[in-house]
Amino acid sequence: MSLLAVTDLKKYFPTFNQKLVRTEGDPVKAVDGLSFTLDSGETLGVVGESGCGKSTAGRTVLRLLEPTAGTIEFEGKDVTKIQGEELRRLRRQVQMVFQDPYGSLNPRHPIGAIIAAPFEIQGIKPPGGVKKTVQELMERVGLNPEHYNRYPHEFSGGQRQRIGVARAIALKPKLIVCDEPVSALDVSIQAQVVNLLEDLQDEQNLAYMFIAHDLSVVRHISDRVLVMYLGKMMEVADRNTLYERPMHPYTQALMSAVPVPEPRRDRERILLSGDLPSPQNPPSGCVFRTRCPIATEKCAAEIPAQIEVEPGHLVACHYPAVRAVI
Amino acid sequence: MSGDPFLRVTDLKVHFPTDDGVVRAVDGLTFSLEKGKTLGIVGESGSGKSVTSLAIMGLHRGSHARISGEVLLDGQNLLKISNEELRGLRGRKLAMIFQDPLSAMHPYYTIGQQLTEAIQVHERISKKAARTTVIEMLARVGIPNPGKRVDQYPHEFSGGMRQRAMIAMALINNPELLIADEPTTALDVTVQAQILDLMRDLQSEFGSAIIMITHDLGVVAEIADDVLVMYGGKCVEYAEVDDTFHQPDHPYTWGLLTSMPRLDRLKQERLVPVAGNPPSLINIPPGCAFHPRCAFREFASCACDEVVPDLTESYPKHDSRCHIPVAKRAELFAEQIAPRL
Amino acid sequence: MFYYILRRLVSVVAMIFLITATTFAIFYASPIDPARYTCGKNCTPTILEGNRKALGYDQPVIVQYGKFVSGLFVGRDFPDNEELRQQYPQQVVHCPAPCLGYSPTQHRTINEMVAEAWPISLSIAIGAFILWMLLGVGGGIIAALNKGRWPDRSIVGAALVGFSLPTFFVGLVLLTFPAIKWGWVPIPSYVPFFENPIKWAQNLILPWITLAFFFAASYVRLTRAYMIETLSEDYIRTANAKGVARSKVIFRHGLRAALTPIVTAAGLDLGGLLGGAIITESVFSMHGLGYLAVHSVTYMDLPTIVAMVMIVSTFYVVANMLVDISYGFIDPRVKVS
Repeated sequence: MSLLAVTDLKKYFPTFNQKLVRTEGDPVKAVDGLSFTLDSGETLGVVGESGCGKSTAGRTVLRLLEPTAGTIEFEGKDVTKIQGEELRRLRRQVQMVFQDPYGSLNPRHPIGAIIAAPFEIQGIKPPGGVKKTVQELMERVGLNPEHYNRYPHEFSGGQRQRIGVARAIALKPKLIVCDEPVSALDVSIQAQVVNLLEDLQDEQNLAYMFIAHDLSVVRHISDRVLVMYLGKMMEVADRNTLYERPMHPYTQALMSAVPVPEPRRDRERILLSGDLPSPQNPPSGCVFRTRCPIATEKCAAEIPAQIEVEPGHLVACHYPAVRAVI
Repeated sequence: MSGDPFLRVTDLKVHFPTDDGVVRAVDGLTFSLEKGKTLGIVGESGSGKSVTSLAIMGLHRGSHARISGEVLLDGQNLLKISNEELRGLRGRKLAMIFQDPLSAMHPYYTIGQQLTEAIQVHERISKKAARTTVIEMLARVGIPNPGKRVDQYPHEFSGGMRQRAMIAMALINNPELLIADEPTTALDVTVQAQILDLMRDLQSEFGSAIIMITHDLGVVAEIADDVLVMYGGKCVEYAEVDDTFHQPDHPYTWGLLTSMPRLDRLKQERLVPVAGNPPSLINIPPGCAFHPRCAFREFASCACDEVVPDLTESYPKHDSRCHIPVAKRAELFAEQIAPRL
Repeated sequence: MFYYILRRLVSVVAMIFLITATTFAIFYASPIDPARYTCGKNCTPTILEGNRKALGYDQPVIVQYGKFVSGLFVGRDFPDNEELRQQYPQQVVHCPAPCLGYSPTQHRTINEMVAEAWPISLSIAIGAFILWMLLGVGGGIIAALNKGRWPDRSIVGAALVGFSLPTFFVGLVLLTFPAIKWGWVPIPSYVPFFENPIKWAQNLILPWITLAFFFAASYVRLTRAYMIETLSEDYIRTANAKGVARSKVIFRHGLRAALTPIVTAAGLDLGGLLGGAIITESVFSMHGLGYLAVHSVTYMDLPTIVAMVMIVSTFYVVANMLVDISYGFIDPRVKVS
């Protein structure tokens, strides 16, 4: 049984047309039928560009946003619609690390209070007392426990991100959704936080849903990778397979676009044409077809099914094929 | 190009006096650039790379900055010319594009109006004639339907299109030097690839010199001919791009390379980050600014925390600033760093 | 945009009705007999009863309000009582649409009173507006461009003084010294514009300065703050990088963006001022709408009070609407739909 099983998850945001009276317009289909599983101790990397819905998906899985449709199962139990005390107990098991180290910490609270907050909110008294536990957590993430009473603005970006991680692991959750946790950090600091997350995963058998747009970081940290575009899954496979044998044109375009630190002038690049379509009005059939270099009429007429080209490797495309990219 | 390089910067210093002390944002930078070539300036927050670009453009004039040194563009010292002369050069001989095209363009004027202004500042030309040139330029940078989009506002463009419009605005007067300050950081990776390709094409068409400021070593590898690594306001390594990536000579550069996860490597080893945090430019560590984070201090030939190392030539056309003897560094690189890359 | 304007017009009209209905309810549904205010000490029950009938106070409040509203569209006749109109035909007064009511203390239709008072308030408001915008915005720009240096500090200091001195003080000082004691200007008394524009301006100059003193001060601070903020924006840096001349950068790029919130604040202030500057009009004895409002409250002239509330609130509400709509034109990013 998987730790987390998401089936056909949809999150639509309603829009309104204001004429003389307000009428409903086409909703923004941020997540449009996403399905995946995640096991304990595993990292699922979710990649895509801005507007693909990956952040929305992460938040919906945690019930920070209410799903429009679909089911979320945690440890075999359906948690899509639970409320109140049940939901609060779920939150002990699933936590989140946010992207913005400057916005995700309340500037008026000392970091000791920030990290201690989960205990207070959940009404849990850890053995040895809250303060001691918090200081142990601080040490674990590489912060000086004596800085317990300092405020967020006294720390650098990387340190603040560590505070966020400490807060997330305080209750010993089973699953952490990491929403672009290193994107806002300097390169040399990113590696520090990535290593920390990996170490914690080994120690505590954590499962990560690692959302990012940086394909290199995702390749490094993930066990399996899911590629999203306009709210839908394009391809999912285990890490090595995806990066060695991507079969969806979008995945291939993404990989060919990433600049690698190897001076070369002769790289073949798959360039995508046009702009991202509006999620209020996604293209018919395959949503990627308007920018796809190999799109045909069939792509406009039929939504591609998810083909299992090899065990564990699903591709939502009418013409999946290996093409050289890196 | 023979003779003097097109751009020669010598001992550039930009210091900001503040109540808490002097911020030594740029502290003695020297480099040069030929036409048709690209220099990548690499650094993280607090390295001084953005301040350098603004200083070359003269955009610190009127502020409290204390600037010294020499910036020779085609023989003319940009730091010494009058404000009038400098305004005449900006947007014409040298131009700049910025990181966030949404905030860098005026929200109340259309793209067409802003590009027309760029032309009319330097040339006596009617609005109608300018408009033709503007539309041509928008098409040249790959904006579809330029005749219609010329009358749209910046917020009506997508991020990638906006950056293209900004590039069009910078290049519309055929500048000989283009400074690009993190032009793709805010963009998606596929859009970034398009923009970098566009810049390369435009460079080969117009022959401009480009300074590309970035923190992304991948971008540098893609587009730069020479690389200058900045740390704590100083240059720590300056070499051609191949040397920078195949024979890097400074512990900070090693740190940058080993801490990057790579898309093109099969094995995924544990990342080796650079310990510690980037320095505050008010309290730059004494001696070598990098010494608190350096893993190889024991190999230095003199006290790293007291003596500032000079920028010396370790190999032909390859300078670096470090107290560890060159031969020792080559050894360390071969043994400890190269296997990880 | 069209639908937005339509929606706003609907809500403006609704708001005006709501305000007048509320005012009506407060005065005419109160336990105090409104007719009591219509005569002074020598009041006999007969006179009181006659007045009550003439003004329509004997009718239910809803009916009174209905008549008031219909009077706005088709006009009304006073006395408000059919019997009385037949009894004393020579005393019947026709109040044309939009009829604001009949003042029992002044024995005239309120329309007449407003028609006399309104040009005075308009003259004071417009002149003061132009003066304070020039001084305030101009001063603010100079202060912003010289931030931290002595022109900035002295302008901001002067603004603080101007802001702190109450209007009645400034007005009285200006009346006492330049007008009375030193005779630099004639003692102000209103001369209509169409009669003699020069004398009109000469007489209004002191009220203009009095009001401008106060408003200019707050606009100096407003302009200074917005200019400083705007000048630190990225697009200013881009304009400089393009080689645009300094004056163009400041005005075409900087001021243009900074003016948006300033102009909208000015619109609201002007809207409010059109309803009368009570203190200034009192000090300089100019009988504009402000004076009318004060007078009506002093003498508890209920119909006039209601009419003044309606006029002033209409100015505010319409100014608000115009300002909101203007945002859609000034700032292309604003989507009003």
